[in-house]
Order: sequence, then C-alpha cells, then structure tokens
Amino acid sequence: MADEPPPPRTRVVLGDAAARRRPADPARTDLTEQTPVGEALVKGLVRAQLALALRLSLVVAAGLGALPLLFAVAPAVGHARVFGMNLPWLLLGVLSFPFLVLVGAAYVHWAERNEQDFTAVIRRPER
Amino acid sequence: MNPYLVPGLAVVLLVTAAIGAYGLRFARTTSDFLVASRSVSPSWNAAAISGEYLSAASFLGVAGLVLRYGVEVLWYPVGFAAGYLALLLFVAAPLRRSGAFTLPDFCEVRLRSTRLRRLATAFVLFIGSLYLLPQLQGAGLTFATVTGGSYAWGALLIGVVVTGNVAFGGMRAITFVQAFQYWLKLTALAVPIVFLILQWQSDGRPAVTPPAGAVFPTATSVVIERDAVLDGIGPVAAGETVRFAAGDPVPRVSTVDARFGADWLQAGGESGLFGTYSLILATFLGTMGLPHVLVRFYTNPDGASARRTTLVVLAMVGLFYLLPTLYGVLGRIYTPQLLMTGRTDAVVLLLPEAALGGGHLGRLLGALVTAGALAAFLSTSSGLLTSVAGVIFTDVLRSGRSGSVRDFRLATVLAAAVPIAMAMFVSDMDVSRVVGLAFAVAASSFCPLLVLGIWWRGLTDAGATAGILAGGGSAVLAVLVTVLGADLPSGLAGFVVQPAAWTVPLAFLVMVVVSLLTSRRVPADVGATMLRLHAPESLRS
Repeated sequence: MADEPPPPRTRVVLGDAAARRRPADPARTDLTEQTPVGEALVKGLVRAQLALALRLSLVVAAGLGALPLLFAVAPAVGHARVFGMNLPWLLLGVLSFPFLVLVGAAYVHWAERNEQDFTAVIRRPER
Repeated sequence: MNPYLVPGLAVVLLVTAAIGAYGLRFARTTSDFLVASRSVSPSWNAAAISGEYLSAASFLGVAGLVLRYGVEVLWYPVGFAAGYLALLLFVAAPLRRSGAFTLPDFCEVRLRSTRLRRLATAFVLFIGSLYLLPQLQGAGLTFATVTGGSYAWGALLIGVVVTGNVAFGGMRAITFVQAFQYWLKLTALAVPIVFLILQWQSDGRPAVTPPAGAVFPTATSVVIERDAVLDGIGPVAAGETVRFAAGDPVPRVSTVDARFGADWLQAGGESGLFGTYSLILATFLGTMGLPHVLVRFYTNPDGASARRTTLVVLAMVGLFYLLPTLYGVLGRIYTPQLLMTGRTDAVVLLLPEAALGGGHLGRLLGALVTAGALAAFLSTSSGLLTSVAGVIFTDVLRSGRSGSVRDFRLATVLAAAVPIAMAMFVSDMDVSRVVGLAFAVAASSFCPLLVLGIWWRGLTDAGATAGILAGGGSAVLAVLVTVLGADLPSGLAGFVVQPAAWTVPLAFLVMVVVSLLTSRRVPADVGATMLRLHAPESLRS
C-alpha cells in the first residue's frame, strides 16, 4: 500500500447513492446478460458465501450460545473453578473475545478465497 | 473536588480540537460533514469505528452492571463485541458494495421502494434517539458524581455541547478524532486497572465474595436516596445518612435491585434463560442495525477492505471489553456502598480514589478515567447525532444536494431535542439496559431487512415493510412500556423487558411469508443488484 499513491478523493453526498447508476462495463454486462450462465455463477457465489457465514454462525451458536443452557442444565459446570476463577467468568469475561476474533479471521480468509475462485471462473473463458 | 480533574478534561478537549484542526487539512468539502472521505486505511478506520462504538454504556455501564448483577450480565460485553462478528459474516462486504450508506438508502437500492425508505427513516430516528438517551444519562451521572452538581444540568450541558459541536462542523475531521478517542478510552481503563490490581495484591487479595457477604473496606457514610428497609438496621427515610465502620457488613437495601450475596458469582439468575437468550439475540444481531455503525462502512474503499476493517474492529472492541469486567469485580471490594445507593454506573469513576486513597496517584487516575468517560460521551453522541441529523436532513427536510448547511444545523437541533428532553426524566434506569433496548429494536427491524435483502432474492418491499412493522413495531411498543414504567403482570414482564427473543423471529417470519405471498413484486433488476452486492470489485473495471 505504501508505494501506491492514495486513491483520489471522492465527493460523497447523502442520497446520491440511491440515485446513482453505474455505467455499463464489459465484465458486468457479460454477467448480467448471459442470462442462464451468468445467473448461475452469481447464485453459486452467493450460495457459497452464505453457506460459509451460516457454518461459522453455527460454530458460534454451539460455542457461545449453548453456554446459558449448559449452566442451567448442569449447574456443577457453573461452579467449577479454573485458575482460581469460576468457569463462567473465565469463559465469558476472557475467552469469548479471542474466540470471536478467531472465527472472524477464518471467515475473512475463506470468503476472500470464494471470491478469488469466482473471479477466476469468470475470467477464464475469455482470456 | 479532585484538583487534577479540570486540567485532565481540558487536555482531552484541547487534544481533540488540535487533532480536528490537523485533520481539517485533509477534509475541506461539505461531504466531510456527513462521512469521512474514502482515502482512509483499514487500521485508522477500525480505530475510528471502535472509538465511535464504545459509548458511555460500555465505558461506565458494563462495569456498573457487573458490580450489581455479576456473571449473567457478562453477556452484554460479549454481545456488544459479537455484534461485529454478525456484521462481518452477513453484512459488511455486500453493504459496502451496494453503495448505500444509510439504511433508508439500502431500502431504495435493493427494493426500489420510497414507502419502505420512509418507514426505515422513522426507525432510524427512533433507534438513534433511544441510543442517544443513555449517553446523555451517563454524562449527567458523571457530572453529578465528580462535581456534586445535579444530574439534569450535566445531561443538558453535554447535550448542548455535542449539538453545537456537530451543528458547527466540529466533526469534520471525524476519523482522526474518533481514532484518538478509542486509544484514549482504552488507556483510561487500562492504566488505572494495573495500579488497582497491584493495590489489591498488596491488600492481601481480599475475597470478592466473602462467605459472610460484602463488607465495607473503610469507614463509610451512605446517603439513602429513597425510603427503604435496611437488613439488620430497619427502615430509613430518603436523605438520611447511615454510617458504617470498616469491616461492617453491607446491608441489603429493599429498594435497590442488586445481588448482595455469593449468588452474584453464579450463573443462572432470576432473569432466567429467556432473558439471557433475548439479550444474546438483541446484542448479536442489533449492532448491524445501528445508524452510526453503518455509515462508517462507506469509508472503506471496497468490500474486501470493509471485511478486514470489521475484523480489526472486532479485535479492538474485544480488547477493550476485557477491562470493564475487572472494574465491576474490584468495585465489589472497594465501593460496596454503590450497591446501597443503586448508583452502580459510577463505579469506574469512583474506584481509583476508593482503592488507592485520596493521594496524588488515586486522584490522577480518577481524573484519567473521567477524561475517558468524557471521550466516550463525546465520540458516540457526536457520531450518532451526525448520522441521525444526516437522515433528517435528506429524508425529512428533503434537502438533498441543494440543502444548505443551515438546514443541516436545523436537522441537528431537531435530532438532539427529543433525547435531551427524555434524559431529564429517566435518570434511574441502568445505562446499559437502555442501550440493550435500542439493540432489541435494531435487531428486530433492520437485521432481518439487511440479512434477507442481501442473501435472498425473493424479498419484496411489501414483505420487508410488514416484517419491520410486525417485529420492529412490537419491539418499539415493548420499549415504550418499559421506559414509561407501566405495571405488568409478572408472567408478561420478562417478555416485555427483554423482547428480542420473540420479536426477532417474528420479524423474520413475517418478512419471509409476506414476501412469498407477494412474489410478483420482486424487483425486476434483482439479478443485477445481487451481482453488485456480491461480486468482487475487481470484476467491475
């Protein structure tokens, strides 16, 4: 990033975004007008990204979302002590944050890979 | 009064102004009133987003709740951070690519409906006001705690300062100022906690929950705020002063809702599973619907950098939230009198002097946390007010491109008036609880709209409208009932105080069913919109 010149400044006016239509460009027209194939490709990308997001939300739901239920069903877990702290305090007050960051980092990695795959498929037939 | 306080606050204001003036060299156009320009790197941008997000509720309220209720309220900081994960997974990159920078904008880009845009505007205004309210409450509380003045004057003072600041363009250099505020807030909690923990060690590590219940660490006199019955002491009248010697047990006060005994340590309190899951849903899904959070995504150059920025925000916010919990825990030992007065939100402000004594160190650190609290109100309320005023400016006053700066100032005053008036009346609600209500409304209106709008082709304007009215509408009703303090039968109260567990699924369900019934109204250009939302920008040029 350091050796590139900064991108030119853009004037931003609220309410413009909705009104603005992008000028047609070749790659985009290919995708929108090649109806069956283009549609299928975009649908595939959307489905892949959605499946990734849902899988990772399941990880969070199982990892964090199950805790209240666990503490209610098995109170002994809630009374356990680790490193001199009660387990719920350690899990919620400390460990939950690095866990969330890890899930987020995994998502960014895989989501970018999905997009690279998509770009590669679109570009291949023509070039 | 603490002699370091005034110099400390003055330094914060001067440095903020200086960075603002420095940033002005980069920000000259009128558009910088509304959103920072787009040539901002992800790390600056992430610090700015975090600076704007970490509000008085995070800085003061979380520690206060922990002091009062213990482990079960740790879901607030976890949820406030996890909201950014939900935003990252479902919204960040597509929203940036949509080119919309407010929620009403998104409605128009995705569903081409002006009616829906107006409904979204109404909800943005409601959520924005509801979120400004606890910021002003926190300001009033801080003012009352550190100067001994009245709560109402403090809330009014900060309200007027922030309104003037936004109206006269003090936010132009917003990115740099907000980034500075993040690091200031983090320092203001991190440095004192080191000394507080050392003090706790040298005091022989007193137990947080002694078996016999909390005790006063030093001789303390407590002014009772409302007529109440004290355990072991008997009835006391409002305004009466009760004196305790060091080592006396802290009596339970009948009018203050708090956990006094060892049950504070254990999960599974009275609010129960429904309340906990409601809170989790509201905070996890509500962040994406907050007006001042979405505006900032527009400052990223493309979708991929929006994602990376969100990840950095998640890490920064998570780092911050490790600290307030420690204040709440140490407050149990050093400031137990707050449990009796119910002013638990003041724990962060009072703890340094209470634990380290009234010497120079305690006062210096006390001034530092107060400066951090000031940064918290200024940054969040300025950011919120800017985005709410921006929506009033474009969607209510219909000023659009030709709008004058005078219209923007009018919009700012309009946006600030209602929350300031409300802050006068609801002084005794926990700051974080009010914020939780704002999250519940956002989670049951805008979260389904964004998630379904981004990922499902079948969404129609009629479906979105019905879903927002059903889910968001019932959340708004629940909030109004809670804030106005109506009496409810006990069976119903839990569903109204923490509504998200039923309003969020309701909103999703109504949105999907009505969209399926009106499938002829799916916009004709949905394929092109989906392409624009999801395809990487590299394919566009």
